[in-house]
Amino acid sequence: MQSIDGSLDTLPKLLIHNAKVIGARPAMRQKDLGIWNTWSWAQMLDEIRAFSIGLAELGLKRGDKFAIIGSNRPRLYWAMCAGQALGAVPVPVYADAVAEEMAFVLAHAEVILAVVEDQEQVDKVIAVAERLPRLGKLIYDEPRGLKDYDRDRLISFADVQAIGRTKLTDDDECLARWEAAVADGKADDLSVILYTSGTTGRSKGVMLTHRNTIVSARNANAFDRLDQNEEVIAYLPLAWVGDYIFSFVQAYVAGYCVNCPEAPDTVVQDRREIGTTYAFAPPRVYENVLTLTMVRMADAGAIKRKAFDFFIGVARRWGEKILDGEKVPIGGRLLYAVGRLFVYGPVLNQFGLSRIRVAYTAGEAIGPEIFRFWRAMGMNLKQLYGQTEASVYITAQPDGEIYADTVGKPSPDVEIKISDKGEVLFRSPGVFTGYYKDADKTAEVLTSDGWVHTGDAGFFDAKSGQLKIIDRAKDVGRLNDSTVFAPKYIENKLKFYPNIREAVAIGADRDFVSVMINIDQVAVGSWAERNNVVYASYQELAAHPRVYDMIASHVDEVNRSLSEEEMVAGAQIKRFLILHKELDPDDGELTRTQKLRRGHIIDRYSPLVEAFYNGSSAAQISTQVTFEDGHKGVIAARVAVRDMKTYPVSATEMVRAA
Amino acid sequence: MRAPSSGDTALGEVLLAVEDVSLSFGGVRALTAVSFDIRKGEIRAIIGPNGAGKTSMLNVVNGFYQPQSGRITFKGEARNSMRPYAAARGGIARTFQNLALFRGMTTLDNILAGRSLKMRRGFFWQVIRHGPALTEEVEHRRRVEEIIDFLEIAAIRKIPVGRLPYGLQKRVELGRALAMEPDLLLLDEPMAGMNLEEKEDMSRFIIDVNQQYGTTIALIEHDMGVVMDLSDRVVVLDYGRKIADAVPDEVKKDENVIRAYLGQPHGVSA
Repeated sequence: MQSIDGSLDTLPKLLIHNAKVIGARPAMRQKDLGIWNTWSWAQMLDEIRAFSIGLAELGLKRGDKFAIIGSNRPRLYWAMCAGQALGAVPVPVYADAVAEEMAFVLAHAEVILAVVEDQEQVDKVIAVAERLPRLGKLIYDEPRGLKDYDRDRLISFADVQAIGRTKLTDDDECLARWEAAVADGKADDLSVILYTSGTTGRSKGVMLTHRNTIVSARNANAFDRLDQNEEVIAYLPLAWVGDYIFSFVQAYVAGYCVNCPEAPDTVVQDRREIGTTYAFAPPRVYENVLTLTMVRMADAGAIKRKAFDFFIGVARRWGEKILDGEKVPIGGRLLYAVGRLFVYGPVLNQFGLSRIRVAYTAGEAIGPEIFRFWRAMGMNLKQLYGQTEASVYITAQPDGEIYADTVGKPSPDVEIKISDKGEVLFRSPGVFTGYYKDADKTAEVLTSDGWVHTGDAGFFDAKSGQLKIIDRAKDVGRLNDSTVFAPKYIENKLKFYPNIREAVAIGADRDFVSVMINIDQVAVGSWAERNNVVYASYQELAAHPRVYDMIASHVDEVNRSLSEEEMVAGAQIKRFLILHKELDPDDGELTRTQKLRRGHIIDRYSPLVEAFYNGSSAAQISTQVTFEDGHKGVIAARVAVRDMKTYPVSATEMVRAA
Repeated sequence: MRAPSSGDTALGEVLLAVEDVSLSFGGVRALTAVSFDIRKGEIRAIIGPNGAGKTSMLNVVNGFYQPQSGRITFKGEARNSMRPYAAARGGIARTFQNLALFRGMTTLDNILAGRSLKMRRGFFWQVIRHGPALTEEVEHRRRVEEIIDFLEIAAIRKIPVGRLPYGLQKRVELGRALAMEPDLLLLDEPMAGMNLEEKEDMSRFIIDVNQQYGTTIALIEHDMGVVMDLSDRVVVLDYGRKIADAVPDEVKKDENVIRAYLGQPHGVSA
């Protein structure tokens, strides 16, 4: 077991330490009423301590579980630490989960109280409260709209703090008792239970100890040389391990400042004001920003557009080499410097990325074009591979060793091996202690000697020595003629086109591969505007013959590229269609972290899947959809199916020659 | 979660009373001897088929139109007609059926414009922007920021409203009306042209305004579901006459109202 300093082996201990050593430095900021409010480490300790003592007065004890529901607000982060100080275990829940999903997690975790953001979350919890006999008080942050609610059940965050503060002044020994409780905390106490959104079945509660998370965070900080001068913005779901580690544990370990946005939809503006230095985002964020840039440039004047295109060309040629410290001729450097002044700098600044030292992408494969674009612009974008079960870090790319198609080398203290079936296994100090109340599932994943099955198929790239992930191990299937079929590999190739938002490849135990496609409304909408394509709704745009033509040309290119790779050449796309609605987590089609739930989608759209394989040229489909408030409706459409030609492996050379 | 208020008894004193108001444009009688009242703290709906005189009624209340006869009592003060400026000063704010925003100005500036009646310092002081004028401006900005937070439009704070989608423009307009801190808020079809989700958001804001700020609200709306859910009492107009005035459940059952909405011929054979 990795040794950590006994006095700094839990988050509350780190908090007290930071308040003492760097007490005046900013710990958290939040924009409220248009103004950034800052809490120093010393002030944050004061806030957390008051809340923690208040929680103790409400009856929260060592070993109790309590829920955290809401978006990234300082008070919700404080609540986590406040509970941990008493030895209780926070269970963050996805704030956009519908009441059903929430009920399962809250009941399974046996939470005895919940700290929630606002009325919306209060409503959800109250709706399922009958099924949660152990649940006591609901503590809310935002009082708006809660005036007429049941006062016995609800109490505001500030009121709990007031209880704590009164206790602190009335009872001389209170402070000493609280500090003793913190000192009682041990490295192997549970730090958090994180429910994974799970691409299949019910979510599982991953138990992580303070040792798991703190050692992982310490290694990560050392790997990228992060210190107390970093600024990060917390905008990813609290229930996701990434946010827990980046915005909470790593911040406490390094002493850096975490900034909470004003509202979920102001993140870009807020990031621009803060100038984050360390960032983490799933590929889709980088994709969206690039799409937005390209769409805006398409609307710009001719001179601006020409200049942009020219300097992007310069960046593609020299940018990555300069970033990696390679030799670049003086002319290239000069041109790049001019480009930085007029193009790259302003673009990065537009999205608040000017001060980025280290940016990571993970969770899904990123399009090589997108990845290289950002690197060429001078942003140090890297890839990492992680899991909740590992306290995030399994592999990461060291500075200067960056490839678009690998996920990096094993992180410090992590061992990796590849099983005979091609599955990736790892062992590290960050390995979780088990799934909460689910010994069977734990045994499936965690071996007795500490190895964890990731469920991902991958291999080490001979050239770079870095890990490459192909797909979920269980998703890699075969066509009827036993050609290897890796759906995600095909889907990713498609998704690298800005016009395609999602793709679902079907082919396991079928005669050929077919694909259902979701168009990207921003990109295709802008294309439609420029090409005089008239449409009234997403559905109409998706069904437009010219949109089909455009997507068909993308599919054709993907087929050509597949034909060039011997392993997958047999799994080219024979038929495709464009879905009439966007895939949505509210309809259970994506997970909360926006991953495809392929099995569910294939069931839901079975008439379309049937149409693929019985040769029809169109199919009728009606699907139930869930609106944001849980209200249900039905969307019906007739969806056309297109046939595509495939390329024989040998024909590739001829195409090239032509 | 909204406590149902039944009939007249649960409500406060009369804030605004309209008595026998008639309005005509040349030969067209827009309103004929209409009387009703709005009580403090309620949400009062004015409904009716197209051309029933709903918007004319609102325009009379806030002084856009001068009725030919009748009396309006606002906060205990009776008058034959109001001037829009006096109505605004007196605490009546409104939004419009067709948006009336400053399209080139940002959300923030539009809402700040709603504060102009509350600004105490004159042009001279504002140009200097120092001392008391600055203190005042900071205070106004704070109020505006509270409204921005309340209406969840922080993301569009600095965007010119002309570039915003319709649903958001409606929200900005509500924000500007709120900035006046009105005693009576008149909303002319706040949900026209909105999709279901936008309507639900808007309904929530209307309820929140009513509950949190205690603002009395009179609204015209076509979406019956919305009207029945939101309002405490409903006035029904048809061809410029009041045909019903009751709580939503009674109005729903009222014979005259059903006839008006189902399009029974009105004496004139079609």
